[in-house]
Amino acid sequence: MDFNFTEEQDMVRDGLSRLVREQYDWETRRKAIASSAGWRPEVWAQLAELGILGMPFSEADGGFGGGAIDAMVIMEEFGKGLVVEPFVPTVVCAGGFLKHGGTTAQKEEHIGGIVAGSSVFAFAYAEPRGRFDYADLETTAKKDGAGYVINGHKAVVMGAPWASHLIVTARTGGERRDRSGVSVFVVAKDAAGITTRDYVTVDGRRAAEVYFENVSVPADALIGAEGEGLALIELVTDEAIAALCAEACGAMKVAHAMTVEYSRQRKQFGVPIGSFQVLQHRMVDMYTAYETAVSLTYLATLRLGSGEVERKRAVSAAKVGVGQSARLIGQEAVQIHGGNGVTDEYAIGHYFKRLTIFDSEFGNVDHHMKRHVALG
Amino acid sequence: MNLEFTAEEQAFRDEVRAFIAESHPKELGDFGMREDMTREEMVAWHKILGTKGWSVPAWPVEYGGTGWTPTQRYIWSEENARANTFMPLPFGVSMVGPVIYTFGNAEQKAQHLPGIRSGEVWWCQGYSEPGAGSDLASLKTTAVRDGDHYVINGQKTWTTLAQHADWGFFLCRTDPTAKAQEGISFILVDMKTPGVEVKPIKLLDGGYEVNETWLTDVRVPVENLVGVENKGWTYAKFLLAHERSGIAGVARSKRGVEKLREIAANETLDGAPLIKDFDFAKKVSQLEIDLAALEITELRTLAGEQAGKGPGPESSILKIKGTEIQQRLTELTLEAVGTYSAPYYGSIANDTGSNEYAVGPAHAQHAAATYFNMRKTSIYGGSNEIQRNIITKMILGL
Repeated sequence: MDFNFTEEQDMVRDGLSRLVREQYDWETRRKAIASSAGWRPEVWAQLAELGILGMPFSEADGGFGGGAIDAMVIMEEFGKGLVVEPFVPTVVCAGGFLKHGGTTAQKEEHIGGIVAGSSVFAFAYAEPRGRFDYADLETTAKKDGAGYVINGHKAVVMGAPWASHLIVTARTGGERRDRSGVSVFVVAKDAAGITTRDYVTVDGRRAAEVYFENVSVPADALIGAEGEGLALIELVTDEAIAALCAEACGAMKVAHAMTVEYSRQRKQFGVPIGSFQVLQHRMVDMYTAYETAVSLTYLATLRLGSGEVERKRAVSAAKVGVGQSARLIGQEAVQIHGGNGVTDEYAIGHYFKRLTIFDSEFGNVDHHMKRHVALG
Repeated sequence: MNLEFTAEEQAFRDEVRAFIAESHPKELGDFGMREDMTREEMVAWHKILGTKGWSVPAWPVEYGGTGWTPTQRYIWSEENARANTFMPLPFGVSMVGPVIYTFGNAEQKAQHLPGIRSGEVWWCQGYSEPGAGSDLASLKTTAVRDGDHYVINGQKTWTTLAQHADWGFFLCRTDPTAKAQEGISFILVDMKTPGVEVKPIKLLDGGYEVNETWLTDVRVPVENLVGVENKGWTYAKFLLAHERSGIAGVARSKRGVEKLREIAANETLDGAPLIKDFDFAKKVSQLEIDLAALEITELRTLAGEQAGKGPGPESSILKIKGTEIQQRLTELTLEAVGTYSAPYYGSIANDTGSNEYAVGPAHAQHAAATYFNMRKTSIYGGSNEIQRNIITKMILGL
């Protein structure tokens, strides 16, 4: 047993922490998310330069040989600053598909661009009527000569407005919700037949509805075996969940600290509100919720390489527990901030919103409770 | 003991239901509150009720009240919730109106009550200050007597919908030497007076429903003082008690649960309606159980009122449970819409320059914004922590 981080991981954390503190201050972030671009490509370039975007790839693939623990360290720092840049869609999701399912040629084609920061990916998996079931797909990819033709509508594709490429899931066979017949493709976003409707998300990011109309892709756009994509999707999304849990932990840590600080400053009835025992105990409950969320995030991250059942149980446990903590901490932080908590001006409301939307990504508390139950 | 309404009360329900069906403007639709509502839309139903003589049911008959029993008023609010009407705002009807007819002089009654009844005059509430929220009595805005005027200086905050207000009622310190609750006066201010400045506060849902109100050397005639100088705290407390009754929002929440069930019937999980999912259905049932408990608790309070007992500190229970249920309702609605909780629909409407929402089902469009917005309910009107303090002191005697 060892809960220590390596020297390299500590260095990554310190470097990122400095970057977020110095270049991602609240006013700068506010301006960036309100700008027409909605993000800062120069920050992305800097992350590439610092080696952050290449961290979880093996040296053989052109990366720096890190893994899930490094991604956890990175995402926690991003969570603290509510960083909107698309690390999870690009590095964790697209990177994960390439690492676990990509051919040598696909890796060569795409990983270099991810590491260098020149390729940005979004992961188009959700559908309007699929809820959280990755196999509940109406999008189809039909065999057409050597390649495929994709048709369908993908919902709330996070980071799609910034993306150069998409990873898209589609049904190549079987019936809706069948475990088999699901395939994964990589496609350039400017491919003929793809249209998007871009928008802002309530937590300050950008997303899009993505429509595929007779989009022709070559045979080598397929990642993994045709019709056998579901296990790969489950593995990659489990990695994404672990990363998002780490991000939520970072956000919860800051939300809690801000609340404690506010309770020291804010005076009512002649004393700081932090001197009221009823608020003290609630901030203690928030702290406990944060610490247990960190523990579950460690558990999920450290079990990503375990067998399928063990991995899924740990990841679902984390998504449930972190989801519950995120809700408690978000709501209580706003409540203890009083009226200021519901304004746009105070940062706490933005942490609350990010922690709210976390629950709807890759399956909410109920969904993962069911998966945990089903795994026995 | 029984829960049934009397035949007369049933007949009354039929009457108001028919009236609403006939008179509620179709173009106002069935939307309750919408972020982009105009002032005209918000007062449309109020004005119709003013003409009918039903805009201020709780007022004494001599000032335009309907003389309904508390049970009849309850039925009235239930039927309005059922039709999702936009009810008269509380600032005139339930707040300053009762203060004026109880503590105001004849001139003030003649000047202000008709406009409140008719919906012609829009009022706002100048209570909270940046440093005085739950601890209202620590307010710092001053009103200094200068001949036949008060000169008011200070800053108020959370002034709801003040951007539309014609008049405001303000708590101001008129005796700076007195201790906190004493030395406060209740003053009516024409919002067009020079020195009154209203600045919108953007809320976390992206909307603008509250404001900062700055008062800089605002000269107000002394006739605008309500009641006795330095006795404003008494009137403020009277008003807060009125504010709390009706804050439970039972009828609206019942309507909200119906809507939640509709949404959950249209969302799918594993190819079946979400409402068929046991885990989700269980949470809706829990909400209904809590709401049933709240409803009967409110009816017990009403029965007490009918028997001549005023709303006491137990109305704090209604505030706590009522707002918890309202918040839980928006939380479950957000959960029901799943993936489509994330888009910020404000940005989508602006993109197209039209009213078109091309993203997600219509029922998802206000889910996140409403969830965020309703966090205010456990903070405003005396935070739920303050309500618990009231129960601790007044009921438990601790």
